[in-house]
Amino acid sequence: MTAADTTAAPDAAGGTLPTVAVEHLDVTYRVRGQDRRALRDVSFEIGGGESYGLVGESGSGKSTMALALTRYLPRNGRVSAGTIRINGADPLAMGNAALRDLRARTVSMVYQEPGRALNPSIKVGRQVAEVYEIAGLGHTQALERAEGMLRKVQISDPHRVMDRYPHELSGGMAQRAVIAMALAAEPSLLILDEPTTALDATVEAEVLDLIAGLREEFATSVLFISHNLAVIAKMCDRVGVLYAGELIEEGPAREVFDHPRHPYTVGLLRCIPRRGQRKDHGRLDTIPGFLPTPGDEPKGCIFAPRCPIAEDQCREAPPPAFPVGDGRTSRCYLHEQTEDLPRNTPVNLDIPPVRDAERPVVQLERLSKTFGSRGEEVKALVGVDLSLERGETLGLVGESGSGKTTLARALLGLIPPDEGSVIDLDGERLAADARRRTRDQLKALQIVFQNPDSALNRRHSVRRLISAPLSRLAGLSGARLRERLTDLVRSVRMEDRQLSLRPSQLSGGLKQRVAIARAFAGGPRIVVCDEPTSALDVSVQAAILNLLVDLQAKEQVTYLFISHDLGLVRYLSDRIAVLYLGRIMEVGPAETVFAGPHHPYTEALLSAVPSLDGQRPERIRLQGEIPSAANPPSGCVFHTRCPRRLPTGECESTEPPLREVAPGHLMSCHIPIDQLTVLQRVGQAP
Amino acid sequence: MSGVDLGSPTPAEAPEVIAAHTAIRRAMPPWRLLLRRPTFLAGAVILLFWVVCAIFGTVIAPHSPTAQQLLATNSPPSAAHWFGTDQLGRDVLSRVIVGSREILLIAVAATILGTILGTALGLVMGYFGGIFDILIGRVVEAVLALPVAIVAFLFIVAVGPSTLTLIVVIGFVFTPLIARTVRSAVLVESQLDYLSSARLLGEKPAHIMAVEVLPNVLPVVLVEFTVRIGYAVFTVATLSFLGFGVQPPTPDWGADIAANYGVLPAGYWWETLFPALAIASLVVAVNLVTDSIEQVLSS
Amino acid sequence: MTTYILRRLGLAVVTLWLLSVIVFFAGQVLPGDPGRAILGPLAAQSAVHALDQQLGVDRPLLAQYWSWITGLLHGDMGLSYQFRSPVAPFIGAALVNSVKLGALAFIIVVPLSILGGVVAALNYGRVPDRVISVTGLSATTVPEFVSGIVLIVIFGVELKWFPVSASAGAGASFGSQLDHLILPAIPLVLILFGYIARMARAGTIEALQSDYARTATLKGLKRSVVIRRHILRNSLLPTITVIATQTGYLIGGLVVVETLFNYQGIGKLIFTAATAKDFPMLEAGVLTIGVVYMVATLIADVLYTVLNPRLRLGGTG
Repeated sequence: MTAADTTAAPDAAGGTLPTVAVEHLDVTYRVRGQDRRALRDVSFEIGGGESYGLVGESGSGKSTMALALTRYLPRNGRVSAGTIRINGADPLAMGNAALRDLRARTVSMVYQEPGRALNPSIKVGRQVAEVYEIAGLGHTQALERAEGMLRKVQISDPHRVMDRYPHELSGGMAQRAVIAMALAAEPSLLILDEPTTALDATVEAEVLDLIAGLREEFATSVLFISHNLAVIAKMCDRVGVLYAGELIEEGPAREVFDHPRHPYTVGLLRCIPRRGQRKDHGRLDTIPGFLPTPGDEPKGCIFAPRCPIAEDQCREAPPPAFPVGDGRTSRCYLHEQTEDLPRNTPVNLDIPPVRDAERPVVQLERLSKTFGSRGEEVKALVGVDLSLERGETLGLVGESGSGKTTLARALLGLIPPDEGSVIDLDGERLAADARRRTRDQLKALQIVFQNPDSALNRRHSVRRLISAPLSRLAGLSGARLRERLTDLVRSVRMEDRQLSLRPSQLSGGLKQRVAIARAFAGGPRIVVCDEPTSALDVSVQAAILNLLVDLQAKEQVTYLFISHDLGLVRYLSDRIAVLYLGRIMEVGPAETVFAGPHHPYTEALLSAVPSLDGQRPERIRLQGEIPSAANPPSGCVFHTRCPRRLPTGECESTEPPLREVAPGHLMSCHIPIDQLTVLQRVGQAP
Repeated sequence: MSGVDLGSPTPAEAPEVIAAHTAIRRAMPPWRLLLRRPTFLAGAVILLFWVVCAIFGTVIAPHSPTAQQLLATNSPPSAAHWFGTDQLGRDVLSRVIVGSREILLIAVAATILGTILGTALGLVMGYFGGIFDILIGRVVEAVLALPVAIVAFLFIVAVGPSTLTLIVVIGFVFTPLIARTVRSAVLVESQLDYLSSARLLGEKPAHIMAVEVLPNVLPVVLVEFTVRIGYAVFTVATLSFLGFGVQPPTPDWGADIAANYGVLPAGYWWETLFPALAIASLVVAVNLVTDSIEQVLSS
Repeated sequence: MTTYILRRLGLAVVTLWLLSVIVFFAGQVLPGDPGRAILGPLAAQSAVHALDQQLGVDRPLLAQYWSWITGLLHGDMGLSYQFRSPVAPFIGAALVNSVKLGALAFIIVVPLSILGGVVAALNYGRVPDRVISVTGLSATTVPEFVSGIVLIVIFGVELKWFPVSASAGAGASFGSQLDHLILPAIPLVLILFGYIARMARAGTIEALQSDYARTATLKGLKRSVVIRRHILRNSLLPTITVIATQTGYLIGGLVVVETLFNYQGIGKLIFTAATAKDFPMLEAGVLTIGVVYMVATLIADVLYTVLNPRLRLGGTG
C-alpha cells in the first residue's frame, strides 16, 4: 500500500499509470556468505513527466535502487521482496527479449563518470548511433540522427565530435554525449545517478540546465539520484530521502527542504552551511553516531540510535510511513516534533577575532609553476602574489585547471616552483624543496589532504601515524610523547582504543580526524586544508568543519582552505582568493567578494552553484569549456567565456594587472569597479 | 553463459556494501582463508611431501640411490624396485626420493637471494625514478631480452656448476625480473599522499622506502617470491637436463632424465617418466599454492 | 604517433647495442684459449700461439669488439671453432628451422589461449574458469623437457602416433615435416598458453566490469553483441604485447625442446656451441635471439600504439 499519493506534474504526458511504481521493495546482497539488505521496504511512484529526486549519503542504497530498476544488480544481489513496475510492466519477470526492449526503449541511464561510460575504442558518433540502430534504423540514417541529437545537447560542431574518441572530449562534452545517447531512444524514464558530481561547478550548471530543458521537451520522467541536496532541490519536483536503505521521508522537494518532517532530514539540512551563515555565527549542527553497518537490522526505527528525540516506541517497532500533508510521508512516530528538533552540537563558539599582525605569516610572490618542456608547456601557476595573515582563514577557490592544488604543493615544498618564485615564512625565505627546509620550517607548515585513504599509510596504526610527527617535528619522546598523543586524540574527538587500529578499519570521517591530528601534532602555525571534506558525507563533513574551526580557535593557526565548494568556503573563510587557469582573479574579504561587486568569473561561479535557499541571482551562463592550461587564451585568460567582455578589445589583448579596487580587495579585471557595481546590480534585491 | 541472468556479468560488490561508515571490521586473517581453499590444500600437501623427502630422503629411500647393480640394469618396475632401475642398475625410486633435496635447496635459496636483491633494486628504481631509473631500466631490458634459462645457462658454463654457483647465478638472474614487478608496485604507491606526508616530516629517503613504502608492497613481494620458486624449480631442472645443473653422481631429476632419455626408444620408459612426473608434481604444487596466495591477497 | 615509433626504434637500437656489449664481454670472461680449443690438446704451443695471433685474440679487447661489431654489420659472424668455417650459414639454417617450429607453436597457442582466457573470464569464478586458470598456470611452469618426455613416452613410444625425432630428413614434404614437428611443438604450446590466457582473461574481466560494458548492456544490446563489439577489442589489446614478450620464453624453450627431439635449431646450436666453447658461434647465436626478441617486442609495441586510440591520437585524455 503506497502511502504517497502521486500528484502528477501539470503537463504530464502519460495517462493514469505512473511511469515507475515501486512497492515494498527489498534488495539483498550476499556478502561472504551472509545476506545483507541494502534496501528495505521502499515504496514510491514517479508520475509521467515528473522529476523525482532520491537523496542519501553513502550506504543509503540509492545506487542499488537504480540498478534494481534496470535489473542490473551484480551477481550476488537480488530483489528479495516487493515489486517494481515500469509503465505497468514488471522488469523482474520479463524474459530476455522483453528486458532488452525495456532497456532500449523505455529506460535510460546516465552515470557519474562520463568518460568511463563511453567505450574508449569506438568513435562517439558510432556509440550514439548504436541506439538508433537498435531501434531499427539503417546505418547512415542512424548516424544522421545521432548528429542531430548531439546538436540538441548543445555540443557545438557536432559533426567533428562524431568522429572523435571519448578521451578527446572534456568532461562536460562527454556527459552531454552520454545524455544524447540516453535521450536518443526517447525513453519514458531517465535515471541519472550523480550525473554532475564529477564536473566543475560552471560546467555542472550548464549540464543541469540542459537536463531540465530536455526533460520538458521530451516529457520524460526523471529519477535523479544524488547526495547533493541543493542539486536535487533545483532539479526535482518531488524528493525521497533514503537512510540506510529505508525511504524515511518523501514529498514535494521544496516543502521537504523548507519544512522537513523527519529528524534525519532535519539533521542533514542543518549540516549544510546556508547562505549568510558564517562560522562566527556558531557551529554547524551535526548528527551524532555512525551509519549502521550494512546488514544490521535493528528492531525499531533505523535512525533511533542517532535520534535526539527517540522514545521507547521508536526502538520497539519500525515506524510506518505516516502521511504528513499533501503527498508527503514521514517514517517517524514523532514527526510532529521535528520543527523544534534540539541541536546536537551547541551553537556557541568563542572565536577570537583575526589578530592584526604587522607582517603576513606567509608571503607568496611571483609564484609560478610550469610543467613539461619547450613546445609542450603547461602553465599551472602564473605569477601568483598572495599573502596569508596570522590567524585568518584564506579560502582558495577554483575549478579544475585553476592550479589550487599546485599552489598548495608548491607552498609546502612538494613541487619545486619556477625560478624567481618567492615563498616567505615570517619574513624568512623558504627553500623550494621540503628536503632543504629546517625542522622549524617544516613544523610551521602542514597539510590535511583530500583523500585520507591516500594520505594515511594503510599499514601503520593510528598511534604510529600521529606519533611520527610528534617525535620528528616536536621532538618528543617517552612519557611526554604519550601525554601529547592522548591530548591530540581527545582534541579530535577520538578514543584511546582507536589508537591501535589501522586506517582500513576506520570510517572516512575518523580517518580524516587522524589526518587532522597528525597535521596539528607538530604545533604548526599554518595548516593547508586541501579539500578536506570532499570525500566525506554531508553529515560527517559538518563535524570535521566544526573540528577545524575549534582547533583554529584553540591553537591560533592560519588556514589556507582550498575547496571547490563555495558554500563551505563562504562559511569558513575570512578572506577569499579566486583562481582561474593559474592566475589570481580576485582576492578580498569574504563578504565583500561574495556580495559584490566582484570579478565576472566570481560572479559566474556564484550563480552556477545550486543552493538550498530557493532565491538566487540570475544565472550567468558561461560559454564554452574551461580552456586548457597548455593553450591559454591571450590577454585576460577569462575573456573567452566572460559575458561582460569589454567591446574595446582590451580584454583580448592585454592581461589585466591585479590591483586594489577597494581596501584589501584586489581584482584582475579591466572593467572599472563602479561599472561592475552597476552591471551586477549590487545592493538591489536579487 | 546464463540465459535469463542479464544482470551485470561479474560479482563485483555494489557501492552500498563497501560503504564507508563501519565499526571495526572483523576480517578473517589470510591464513585461515587459505586453509579453506581446496587448491591450496592440495598443493601444500604435495609440497610438504617433497620437503619431507628432501630432508629425510636418505632415511626413507628403500635402497641407496648411488648403489649400482650391474646385473639388474634397465629392469622394469617390480616388487623389489617399485620404479625399476636405470642404466646403471640404480633404484629409480630412491633416486627420485633423494633427488628432491638439491632441487628444492637450490630453488628456495636462489629465490630468497633474488627476492631480497630484486626488492631492494625495485624500491630504489621506483622511488627515485629519474635518470637512475632510466639507465638501469635500459640495462635490465637488455638483459631481459635474453631468456632467463639461456642467461643462467651461459653463466654456469662460464663459472662451472656447483650448488653455490647455481644459487648465486639463478638468484642474480631473477633479480631484474623481481625488480621490475616491485618497481611497478612502488610507482603505484608513489602516487599516494602518505609519501608526501613523510617528506613533510623531514624523513630521509632510505627511511621512507623501508618504513613507508616497503610494508605496502610486501604483498606483491610475497606473491613474486612464490611465483619465482616455481620458476626456480623449472630453471634448475632445465639446467640439470642440459648438463649444467646438479652434477653426477648426486641424484637429480633433470640430470637423470638427461642421462636416460637416450634409451627411451628402446622402451625403457620408467627411467625418465618417474623423474619427469616428480618435477611436474612439484611444479604444479608450487603453482597451486601460489595461485591461492594470490587470490587471497587480492580479495 | 610517428615520433613515438621513432623514439621506440631509437631505444631499441640502444638496447641492442648494449646487448652486443654484454654478450661480447661476457664471452671474454669464459675461460679457454680459442687456439687451443680449435687445435686440440695435443697440438704444439707454438701452433696454438700462431693461430691465436691469426684469429686476433691477443689484441686489446676494444679492438676485438670493434672488428666483431663491424663484421656483424656486414654479415660476417666470424669463424666457428668447432667447424672451422663461417658461422653465418649455420645460424641462418638453424634460424629457419627454429622459426618453423616456433611458428607452428604460435599458430596453435595464440587462438587457443585467447579463447581459453575469454571463456574463463566469461565464467568468472565458476568451474570452467578455475579449471582453465589452474591448468594454464600449471602448464606454464612444467619444464618443456618434462612434458616432452611424457609426450614422447605416451604418443611416441606407446601409442606410436607421432615420430619421436623432429627432423623429417632432407627434402621431406610439408606434410611430413609437420608430422614431425607436432610433438616438439606441444611443450612449447603448454609453456606459452598459461600466460597469454591469463592476460586475455584479466583484460576481458576488466572490460566486463567496466562502465562502458554497463552502458552497452543497458542500451538493450544482446550479450553476444556486447561482448563482440564492445568488450573484445578492449580486452585483447593488452594481450598483444604479452604475446610478443612470450617470444622470450619460446626461445628459451627451444634450447631444451630441440635438444630433446634432436632438432637442428638455433637453441641446439647455442647449446652445443656453449659446451664446445665455440665462442664466435655462441656470441652470434645469442645476439641473434636477442635481436629476434627485440624485433618482436617492437612490433608488438607499435601495433599496440596503432590500435589504441588513446595513444594514437593523444588528446585531452
